[in-house]
Amino acid sequence: MSQFGINIMFVGGSFLIYILIAIWAKAGSTKDFYVAGGGVHPITNGMAIGADWMSAASFISMAGIIAASGYASSAYLMGWTGGYVLLAMLLAPYLRKFGKFTVPEFIGDRFYSKNARLVAVICLIVASLTYVIGQMAGAGVAFSRFLEVDSTTGLMIAAVVIFIYSVLGGMKGITYTQVAQYCVLIIAYTIPAVFISLQLTGNPIPALGLFSTHIDSGMPILDKLNQIISDVGFNEYTADVDSHLNMVLFTLTLMIGTAGLPHVIIRFFTVPKVADARWSAGWALVFIALLYLTAPAVASMARLNLMTTIYPDGTAAEPIEYDARPQWVKEWEVTGLIQFEDKNEDGRIQLYNDAPSFQAEADARGWEGNELDVNRDILVLANPEIANLPGWVIGLIAAGGLAAALSTAAGLLLAISSAISHDLIKGSINPGITDKGELLAARISMAVAIVVATYLGANPPGFAAQVVALAFGIAAASLFPTLMMGIFSKRINNTGAIAGMLCGLAFTLTYIFVYKGWFFIPGTANLADTPANWVLGISPLSIGAIGAIVNFAVAFAVSNATEEPPVEIQELVESVRYPRGAGQAQDH
Amino acid sequence: MSGHSYDAEKYWKANLRLIFGSLIVWALVSYGFGILLRPMLAGIPIGGTDLGFWFAQQGSILTFIALIFHYAWRMNKIDEQFGVSEE
Repeated sequence: MSQFGINIMFVGGSFLIYILIAIWAKAGSTKDFYVAGGGVHPITNGMAIGADWMSAASFISMAGIIAASGYASSAYLMGWTGGYVLLAMLLAPYLRKFGKFTVPEFIGDRFYSKNARLVAVICLIVASLTYVIGQMAGAGVAFSRFLEVDSTTGLMIAAVVIFIYSVLGGMKGITYTQVAQYCVLIIAYTIPAVFISLQLTGNPIPALGLFSTHIDSGMPILDKLNQIISDVGFNEYTADVDSHLNMVLFTLTLMIGTAGLPHVIIRFFTVPKVADARWSAGWALVFIALLYLTAPAVASMARLNLMTTIYPDGTAAEPIEYDARPQWVKEWEVTGLIQFEDKNEDGRIQLYNDAPSFQAEADARGWEGNELDVNRDILVLANPEIANLPGWVIGLIAAGGLAAALSTAAGLLLAISSAISHDLIKGSINPGITDKGELLAARISMAVAIVVATYLGANPPGFAAQVVALAFGIAAASLFPTLMMGIFSKRINNTGAIAGMLCGLAFTLTYIFVYKGWFFIPGTANLADTPANWVLGISPLSIGAIGAIVNFAVAFAVSNATEEPPVEIQELVESVRYPRGAGQAQDH
Repeated sequence: MSGHSYDAEKYWKANLRLIFGSLIVWALVSYGFGILLRPMLAGIPIGGTDLGFWFAQQGSILTFIALIFHYAWRMNKIDEQFGVSEE
């Protein structure tokens, strides 16, 4: 069977499973549609959170980013996992106790203000929409690469599949497809990693292989990698970063951003009990860690494989001849994601760091510029080919990448559509709507959200590339602090919360816009986005953490200067703190 | 029993204490061992690099998992002890 046929079989088979699940898990009420009926087992929910959370970025791009910058990228590993500790202890159990359907609903009730709810809805939609465009575009690219259709057609196919199971089943359909998608994506990610780890270190567990001995050289694998890349002018893989402050703030922004992202939070509303919300955070992190502990191993091993492919006789000898390049390089050249240009016309592939510090050595060796450009997104996708694995593994990777993109897209689209049907339509426009009417409204909102996301996925606006800055910045600076204060303080009132959210948001967005352009319109940036221009060396990606501090400080100051919240609100805060309910306790 | 607000307050304090302790460990393994204290841990070699690198890429994640399960387990006990767990 041809590779194309195998890919079709794997991708088509996985889609068939998702659609069958959707038909089985049809939503009959708004409770089914928003929170899957509220009866999801914590381990099932943990797995669904894993798929909900791990996006095309985690599956495809993260290992490539780590491979390129080594230790400095640890911020992603710690940031995208450490947020679950905050969720488990600071948000999830109490929001589950509150027992409603959406994140803005809690903010609206706790701060007894429709305006607060509206600000939360806007933050939710901007953050989630930015995020979902990337997923849709990612799904389109994966389709075009593996199924040989153009990426717009790929995007349409992805949209139709998501449409079927999310409009029909809502959260209920999404939950059980996410479980299936988790299984597909983790198997697809792990199998090539295990084989590569075995080939390089003899250890079948990639996470352990990362700290094992490289069979060919007899050196620890990280030592070998450090040596080979520093020989050709790159920073050592394990080298420390220039600014500890920036790395701390970036990690913190990713952590509190993760905890504040609505599509993750609403997954905790689907379990039956408060205790289950805590357990599912733990299970979620176990399932996420299976990929996150493997990713750094994949990263270093793929980078080492690339370097030893180019320099088969060591870095002191000449690199490989272009005509002798392996088959996988040829195949990826066709896609344009690997590009070779023979600048010094010697017929060999010089891959090195084109930096002033390496100029003298490059000149001495007659090298006239780096000749190989490798797109870092291909590392995971090309892994099976690099390791010479059979064709079905490539089919599996295709299905896995699509599972990662679709599961996250569906979770985000549900967060968006429930904010529209529940917070805007039922909350403001038509409070008297029946359950049946609201269910219909939720389905229509979902359908509209899919159409909008698909359109924007095909024609990405400038902000779509700024997921990390925009989505995490907003979640960190506006949603997380407000939710946390709503639970842990009885003193924060409506005025304080709104002022805090707006100031945190304005501060964060301004800092991002100054370096990245106002509303990401090219040419409108006030300062070039380079470390030399950043205030105290803090990158625009790291500013969300400072925005959160601004939010806390403003909310606290304004609340203390204004009236304290009414008694019933203070009782509401009490009630979310106790699993069994303060109302019950006060009856005695 | 939870009928007295005094107990409710003690329950919340116990929760806050547990959270506080957990978050100290959370910060120590990631921001501490993984980033700020890494130069201090440079002398402890592990598989071709130093302990700080291990914490940044794996150790902190494993610790986070342990922290959440420990918290969930301890809170279940505390819920029961104060009689606020769900039926």
